[in-house]
Amino acid sequence: MKTLVLVEHGDGKVHDATLATVTAAGKLGSVAALVCGDGEEAAKAAAAAATVAGVDKVLLASGPAYAQMLAENVAALIVPLMDDYDALLCNASSNGKNVAPRVAALLDVMQLSDIISVEGDKTFTRPIYAGNAIATVESSDPKLVITVRGTAFAKAASEGGSAGVENVSGPGDQGLSSFGGCESVKSDRPELTSAKVIVSGGRALKDAETFKEVILPLADKLGAGVGASRAAVDAGYVPNDYQVGQTGKIVAPQVYIAVGISGAIQHLAGMKDSKTIIAINKDEDAPIFQVADIGLVGDLFKIVPELTGKL
Amino acid sequence: MKILVAVKRVIDYNVKPRVKADGTGVDLANVKMSMNPFDEIAVEEAIRLREKGKAAEIVAVSIGPAKAQETLRTALAMGADRAILVETEDEVEPLAVAKILKAIADEEQPGLVLLGKQAISDDSNQTGQMLAALMGRPQGTFANAVEVEGDSVTVKREVDGGLETVKLTLPAVVTTDLRLNEPRYASLPNIMKAKSKPLSAKTPADYGVDTAPRLKTLKVSEPPVRQAGVKVADVDELVAKIKALGIA
Ligand SMILES: Cc1cc2nc3c(=O)[nH]c(=O)nc-3n(C[C@H](O)[C@H](O)[C@H](O)COP(=O)(O)OP(=O)(O)OC[C@H]3O[C@@H](n4cnc5c(N)ncnc54)[C@H](O)[C@@H]3O)c2cc1C
Repeated sequence: MKTLVLVEHGDGKVHDATLATVTAAGKLGSVAALVCGDGEEAAKAAAAAATVAGVDKVLLASGPAYAQMLAENVAALIVPLMDDYDALLCNASSNGKNVAPRVAALLDVMQLSDIISVEGDKTFTRPIYAGNAIATVESSDPKLVITVRGTAFAKAASEGGSAGVENVSGPGDQGLSSFGGCESVKSDRPELTSAKVIVSGGRALKDAETFKEVILPLADKLGAGVGASRAAVDAGYVPNDYQVGQTGKIVAPQVYIAVGISGAIQHLAGMKDSKTIIAINKDEDAPIFQVADIGLVGDLFKIVPELTGKL
Repeated sequence: MKILVAVKRVIDYNVKPRVKADGTGVDLANVKMSMNPFDEIAVEEAIRLREKGKAAEIVAVSIGPAKAQETLRTALAMGADRAILVETEDEVEPLAVAKILKAIADEEQPGLVLLGKQAISDDSNQTGQMLAALMGRPQGTFANAVEVEGDSVTVKREVDGGLETVKLTLPAVVTTDLRLNEPRYASLPNIMKAKSKPLSAKTPADYGVDTAPRLKTLKVSEPPVRQAGVKVADVDELVAKIKALGIA
């Protein structure tokens, strides 16, 4: 089978989630990587994609229409390319979820969302109902369009490959949408989906200031990424991209520390594949303790500063 | 401008889903069902746009079993003007749902179609994007804020890196994220009023859409269960455990 992987990149580097998607694609067949972007950054990303182990070929679509991953333009680029491929694989990220279904509909195929394993050429498993059930599904479509859960596949090595880079051109700007900027806070902290340790805070953290005072020093001590429950995001303690869960980010770090989070199924859906879960909560019956490997019952406002001090 | 808003009847978000013993699916018998929470946000946004004078009429659509009528009545009680139920007892995949919605959009000619970003049942996160593709129109997914101005809509989107803004030419498809708004509760008088609002009944065949599934579910199983671990007595014990994990 010939597969095409939509590469996500930034600063000329290939994102970790794409490395996991390359692994999933490799289980199906040969892997070509599509880099969409503009200018020097895209050229660098294409060169980086070419060294990823398992990538046979890199396609580079460069131009202003592809600078921002606008789904309208990127889907129009991918659809004709799919004449030569049997499967398209994207990360189950905000970009992948935005683009892949648009391509699937234009190809008249039913997408397989958020796969966690490859069971055969056309058979995959995927979580449904917030991960409370795992469905094994088989596609009957002539082509596959798939989004891949990054935490479920090992990352391909970013070095070792030596693929050639080929330029491709698409129909360009579809004239339907334009990019109006982004608001993102650059931080030196590890990105949530690839962090080895995550400290997450919930509603109990009271407000943005308290969240910062209590959670960040502990995260700093551990070199950890910082996450949150939906309640903490809704209340404005932290930005939306901190949300871990069914409808936020799916994470699986070595250690996940849940502070003042009750453990609703929607939250568990995003973190229960973490290797070790530590929970700090004043309610000994909080559902989070049912999945925690290590629990400490008590007031987080006493426990967390003391813990930070003693580490 | 007319707004089309799509709603799905799903398991209530407070219910813990249980896998059927025979591995054919999730047990929905005698389980509380509600409007998909993201769709409630879509209905709310439609109503707010009408309140701001940006929309004249709101048409709610659901594709599902006869009981999805209740979901549509909820949308009507919140403030939608009329409803269309495309009735089928079969599971309809996102692609077929998008095709039915496309056919309805061809008839109704909405300026904006609002949908939830994902159903909390199958967690696919596909229908809105597929509909936009089939309509040949732009999409604003995972909306955190929606601003209609003239012949365009500006959508602030919740993305992995924070927020990003796109400007789309109308007609457009927008899917909602959690922070877009807080849906209102329908008042009792509005629930009563909703009973007499028009609800038309259709079938997928009326729109010439084949709903035969493309994906075959071979089995549905329980995820691996995590066992509860130990509770430590104090911070010192926790420090020791954390050190033993090799992360500090
Ligand atoms: C459609 C939908 C999608 C959703 N998606 C997500 C999602 O992706 N991610 C997500 O997280 N949620 C999601 N939710 C929300 C979810 O259902 C819960 O409401 C949310 O996770 C609760 O957040 P929380 O645990 O911070 O708050 P709460 O449930 O209020 O828990 C707070 C906890 O803090 C503890 N506490 C309070 N004070 C202290 C103290 N001083 N010391 C120690 N402990 C203390 C309490 O005992 C309690 O257990 C979703 C809900 C819906 C309807």
